[in-house]
Amino acid sequence: MLPEISLNILDISQNSIKAGAKLIEILVEIDRAKETLLFEIRDNGCGMNEEQVAKVVDPFFTSRTTRKVGLGIPFLKQAAEGTGGEFSIQSKVGVGTTVSALFHTDNIDCMPLGDITETIWSIVTMNDNLDFVYTYRCDGKEFQLDTREIRNIVGDISFSVPEVSSFIKDFLKENKQCVDKVE
Amino acid sequence: MKSLEELREIKEKMQGQIGVRADSSNDTRVVVGMATCGIASGARPVLNTLVEEVNKEKLEHVTVSQTGCIGLCQFEPIVEVFEPGKEKVTYVKMNPEKAAIVVEQHLKGGKPVAEYMLDAEYR
Repeated sequence: MLPEISLNILDISQNSIKAGAKLIEILVEIDRAKETLLFEIRDNGCGMNEEQVAKVVDPFFTSRTTRKVGLGIPFLKQAAEGTGGEFSIQSKVGVGTTVSALFHTDNIDCMPLGDITETIWSIVTMNDNLDFVYTYRCDGKEFQLDTREIRNIVGDISFSVPEVSSFIKDFLKENKQCVDKVE
Repeated sequence: MKSLEELREIKEKMQGQIGVRADSSNDTRVVVGMATCGIASGARPVLNTLVEEVNKEKLEHVTVSQTGCIGLCQFEPIVEVFEPGKEKVTYVKMNPEKAAIVVEQHLKGGKPVAEYMLDAEYR
């Protein structure tokens, strides 16, 4: 079981990448008063049919061929619901897949968000042939990282070039601090 | 809030000094397994350490990337090193400290670290 919410986000987004998505939208939304944390990952990958969607929450179903079990989604569903939260997966062949999970952060079984900045940074800089829109929202304040805007500025320079890579990390880190700050 | 304006300045400064290398066929590829098994075992800090150390050492011939399940989940986190003209090296049960040593001794120094390799696990 993955011990951080951000590791689950990393895991689910790898599914989107493997599904051939060109655009992946990741939302993290925290409400400190309500003590909830929601994340949603929306992709425009190949999608799944109804039968497959019904099966992904079954640990003994997997699309992979290296082994017979797939635990990413079942554990995430269990972790979200175990806090009194919710899990949903919606998908359409040829359109894409949206996974969302809501956690009640006041529940003792709720795992921590973990290092979301490092997570998003590694997804974005390692896959600079894909587009990402990452939105981080806390108590109504938010910031967004849209890799299409970054691509417009840097042109054909890779996101893994140290200067660009560390800018992206600082951007994520500093803006999260701004959004998290209690007024 | 940090804006993208700063990135524009960085790009201006980089203009010219980055001769975008056209030929990457001689690059050494370092691949980290990032499926559920790898992530659960700690692949994320391993990947991040590799990227940071490679950047710090300015190893321009090395590219770090991620892949899915390599099929040896019990040995995760796994790092594979592909050097042109050489046999693939598979490092198993990695952590950030070992990753830094691999960058130092193997990627920079050219000497693979035998004790972290897959074969050593079977001995």
